[in-house]
Amino acid sequence: MKLIIAVIKPFKLEEVREALTAVGVQGLTVSEVKGYGRQSGHTEIYRGAEYVVNFVPKVKLELAVADGDVASVIETLAKTAKTGKIGDGKIFVLDIEQTLRIRTGETGEEAL
Amino acid sequence: MKTLPKIAGISAATALIASPAFAQAGVEAADHTAFILNSVLFLMGGFLVFWMAAGFTMLEAGLVRSKNVTMQLTKNVVLFALAAIAYYLIGYNLMYPLGNWSIGSDETGGYIGAFGTAVLEMVGVSAENADDLGYASTGSDFFFQLMFAAATASIVSGALAERIKLWPFLIFTIILTSLIYPIQASWKWGGGFLDSQWGFLDFAGSTVVHSVGGWAALAGAIILGPRIGKYAKDGKVIPILGSNLPLATLGMFILWMGWFGFNGGSQLAMGTIGDVADVSRIFANTNAAAAGGVIAALVLTQLLYKKPDLTMILNGALAGLVAITAEPLTPSLGQATLIGAVGGMIVVFAVPFLDKLKIDDTVGAIPVHLFAGIWGTLAVLFTNPDATFIGQIVPIAIIGVFVFGVSYAVWMILKVTVGIRVSEENEIMGLDMSELGMEAYPEFTNR
Repeated sequence: MKLIIAVIKPFKLEEVREALTAVGVQGLTVSEVKGYGRQSGHTEIYRGAEYVVNFVPKVKLELAVADGDVASVIETLAKTAKTGKIGDGKIFVLDIEQTLRIRTGETGEEAL
Repeated sequence: MKTLPKIAGISAATALIASPAFAQAGVEAADHTAFILNSVLFLMGGFLVFWMAAGFTMLEAGLVRSKNVTMQLTKNVVLFALAAIAYYLIGYNLMYPLGNWSIGSDETGGYIGAFGTAVLEMVGVSAENADDLGYASTGSDFFFQLMFAAATASIVSGALAERIKLWPFLIFTIILTSLIYPIQASWKWGGGFLDSQWGFLDFAGSTVVHSVGGWAALAGAIILGPRIGKYAKDGKVIPILGSNLPLATLGMFILWMGWFGFNGGSQLAMGTIGDVADVSRIFANTNAAAAGGVIAALVLTQLLYKKPDLTMILNGALAGLVAITAEPLTPSLGQATLIGAVGGMIVVFAVPFLDKLKIDDTVGAIPVHLFAGIWGTLAVLFTNPDATFIGQIVPIAIIGVFVFGVSYAVWMILKVTVGIRVSEENEIMGLDMSELGMEAYPEFTNR
């Protein structure tokens, strides 16, 4: 089991969710986040004074998938979240040690 | 008793139809109609200016950070109530002594008006017993004038937002609306020395209302100091973004609407063709000046900063309105637009200028009300041949020295006695939680 974390552009969320559902993803957690990467924000002017917008708004997706589905989920994420412009985001993949469905007590891939 | 006037009215109407003296009765009715229409103008103007309290409140709520919104709302509603009471107890008669000056006289120049509470006409007053049949009902006049005193106090609250303690601010509000504002306003509108000796012209108060609020705010902002984090150690200005621009924009539109009453009502008469046409001119010119202020701020911020700045555009509209307030009647529509546009330009330059001096004005009240107010008072010279340069500039200076001086002293006294600034810890936490224990947006993370 892997935990896939994707940080993407907020306006891409709906398109990504539809594509993930189409490849069989049954659950996902979304948070509104702010951050920066190599682009490191941009400057704006408010009432005549410059300020740096360091943290750009992003959406963070977290989804747990069975080992067999990891490749297709990553491919789907990368394809649908991509605009080709700076700030498209990143995907991280982590190992999951244990999973438990709270209602039934199921564990492992059964709980996904 | 209640049906009696109706019966009398019916018999009077029958008499009119039957009577050959119809024309004479018409003349008599016209006298009363002027009184009635003048009173209606004051009531209509008064509730429009009342609504400006909502405009100031929304503008300020939108331009402060979310952690200080409840405090800003609280200050605005309470200051209005305090102004209403202070103006009733002291302000009204101090401002309109009707010749009963405590210091000075109508002929030699009045300086301090009469002391006493405001008294309305009796219930169901007759024409013979009206205070001034040639003018308007006292109730409508009091109601209208009170709103201007409250507006002056509203100006101060925005400039000092996000760091001033509630109670010292409220004490200042009482002093401003019961003494500072009425005393200097009596010098012009009460027939005092600026009116009788200097021929000062300030139709609805670019100086008498707006600059007064601006001077009081300037004195407060200097003594209070900037918000934590506004100016870096190297002198760089660090913008503190407003929390809700839709509210700020709504506030601007409410103020724009209220200004029709502010300027239009200041014609003080609506009983003749000439007066009602003048009120109409004033409405149209007031609107034109706001439009000029908006476009000037839009174009200037686009040119200077590559992107238009909505907060400056909002200030630009208000600066246009302040600028036209000293003379909304004599300009043509084109002149009014230009007078407002210069007001909008002044704001775009005055906001960074104050920052350079490290005077932190949270909502831009000083550029809008003080700087554009001075401009508007001088702009009277361009369209009203009765105005003289000396007759405008000297009263501007006299009122400036008086209001800034007294306000500075009051703020200093408050500072050394009760303190006017919240603790550093409380300012960082936000005034909503530290001073009131109540957030405006409890379901969101405040910053």
